[in-house]
Amino acid sequence: MNPFLAIRILKLGVKSLLLHKLRSLLNMLGILFGVGSVIAMLAIGEGAAWEAQQLVKRLGPTTIILRSEKPSEENQSATSTARMIVYGLTFEDLDRISGTIPSVKIVVPVRKVVKEVWREGRRTDVTLLGTIPKYTDVTPAKVKVGRWLTDFDYRDKRPVVVLKEDTARTLFPAQSPIDKVIRVGDTAFKVVGVMGPMGTGSAKGRSSADIALGAYTPLSSLRERFGDINAQRSAGSFSIEQVDVHEAEVQVDAIPHVLPVAKNVRTLLAKAHPKKDYSVFVPLEQLRLAERQAAIWTIVLACVAGISLLVGGIGIMNVMLATVTERTREIGIRRALGATKKHIMSQFLVETLVLTLAGGILGIAFGLGLPPLVNLFAQVKTHTPLYALLLAPGISLLVGLLSGLYPAWKAAGMDPVEALRHE
Amino acid sequence: MTMTMARLSGIRRYYWMGENVVKALDGIDLEIRKGEYLAILGRSGSGKSTLLNLLGCLDRPTEGTYILDGEDVSVLDDDELSHVRSRKIGFIFQSFNLIPQLTVLENIEVPLFYQGVPPKQAKEKAAELAEKVGLGGRFHHRPTELSGGQQQRVAIARALVNDPALLLADEATGNLDSATEKEILDLTDELHDLGMTVVLVTHNQALTSRAERVLTLADGKVVSVMTREEMDRAEEAAP
Repeated sequence: MNPFLAIRILKLGVKSLLLHKLRSLLNMLGILFGVGSVIAMLAIGEGAAWEAQQLVKRLGPTTIILRSEKPSEENQSATSTARMIVYGLTFEDLDRISGTIPSVKIVVPVRKVVKEVWREGRRTDVTLLGTIPKYTDVTPAKVKVGRWLTDFDYRDKRPVVVLKEDTARTLFPAQSPIDKVIRVGDTAFKVVGVMGPMGTGSAKGRSSADIALGAYTPLSSLRERFGDINAQRSAGSFSIEQVDVHEAEVQVDAIPHVLPVAKNVRTLLAKAHPKKDYSVFVPLEQLRLAERQAAIWTIVLACVAGISLLVGGIGIMNVMLATVTERTREIGIRRALGATKKHIMSQFLVETLVLTLAGGILGIAFGLGLPPLVNLFAQVKTHTPLYALLLAPGISLLVGLLSGLYPAWKAAGMDPVEALRHE
Repeated sequence: MTMTMARLSGIRRYYWMGENVVKALDGIDLEIRKGEYLAILGRSGSGKSTLLNLLGCLDRPTEGTYILDGEDVSVLDDDELSHVRSRKIGFIFQSFNLIPQLTVLENIEVPLFYQGVPPKQAKEKAAELAEKVGLGGRFHHRPTELSGGQQQRVAIARALVNDPALLLADEATGNLDSATEKEILDLTDELHDLGMTVVLVTHNQALTSRAERVLTLADGKVVSVMTREEMDRAEEAAP
């Protein structure tokens, strides 16, 4: 088509829509909401997936975290009167998990004991984390200075510690802690290394002890020196508890095996612990959960978007059909003055496309405004992908095409003589 | 160069209304010379509007051939007919048929846009014609802001903007008072004097007084074709 005519037809479409401003605005509402929902849908879908992916990235997709939980007061048995509480995961549990469940690569226990640490006359409470040398295989943290615990440290129950970064800074503000000796309770421990940062993000999935001051030591050394009983003073009360393992990470060999293993672990622990003094946390389950939540949001918004676009499209078709009838005379005049069917067709189609495109552009604004609201009220992370913004005009043009073709075709098909006679 | 602008031979236009055949035009033979002023006279239902639509290439005959300006237009398809209308035909309608949302100039420009004339050139041509038909100073008015006579002037300017071979006027003064009617007829005369081929369709015999030839239609057939002189003689004889 001649470029002058094409521009003219475009101008004509805009002008015609501006002639009935309210009608055009109401007409484009469906597209506006539809396109807005599509953008919001993609933003929420992307956001939820992103959050879940970060979680799994941090904890590892093949990790299952077991934790000992102190039973609540009313569930406590008669042992509580003896002021000695025995609960939580046992070494036996872990042996059974690594020994009987296939696909389990390794089980890494962590036992925590809070001790007073003396360093040049200053006292600090530090959580001693007793674990095995394989611990670094299952966590993202790496040794920054010095070395990590070795199998010999473990076998020989050496009194060595690897400090957490913050702990090293607190205890040794001005010098390197390597090869220095700290006093833990009554025992001297040698510092052999300092861990690097634990990675960014929230502490979700990890215990608060990870954030507090801490030092790693071979589990064997810990048991050797401090026994299996913890005495804890807190807020004036005194309690004695016996916990074998506070936390354990189970590593599974492959992602598809994670959920079956988690199921087996749960069954196994349920049999051994009728009191449920433990918890099982599976990051992959969290991912699946987040994905399911995202999927629900996506489905809801896809329905809203689909219905909006459908109803909007039907509405536009309806109004365009009315417009065509209303402008029958104009069509006749234009045909008499030399317009071909194609000219008439493009005039009405362009008018519809301009309308839906305008609706789509307003819909982008709506779609950008919606995710923060969802974020606020539903605590769902959102992330608007760029392609969603590019998709919006595409969708609106498609709806315009679908709803505009029939009215335009009808306009073009009018008999010029009949159209001219139309009152 | 032939002196014939339009030649119709054996033109029939039938409409089928269920079982019935309406013979709107039933065997018309007609030749219009270049620069001629022809009036087509007939009552409503005589077939004069159908004939005008055929002459204007808005419609195609059921049977017969129509040669316009040397081109057989009775065999053309819809697109080709549109192009013929765009290049060769100028319409003036009884009800003016201006597009209400467009200004005077924009209305006049319409045929040029369908020819693909650049906007600037189209605007100049439209302004020139608007000036010529006496619409100076009203270029940006809308049709509803104009009197009937002014609206018809816009329509005439629009009909002339593509330099048509054939100017077709369908009851062009039917909606106007007699003073305005005279103005429009004077304008038509002027155009004819400048060499335009004019076909005027009316049911009012008084309006045929300026035509060189008058064709009378009844029931889709030509009843008589008379020259100006024959008409005048017949009128003198009649009373």
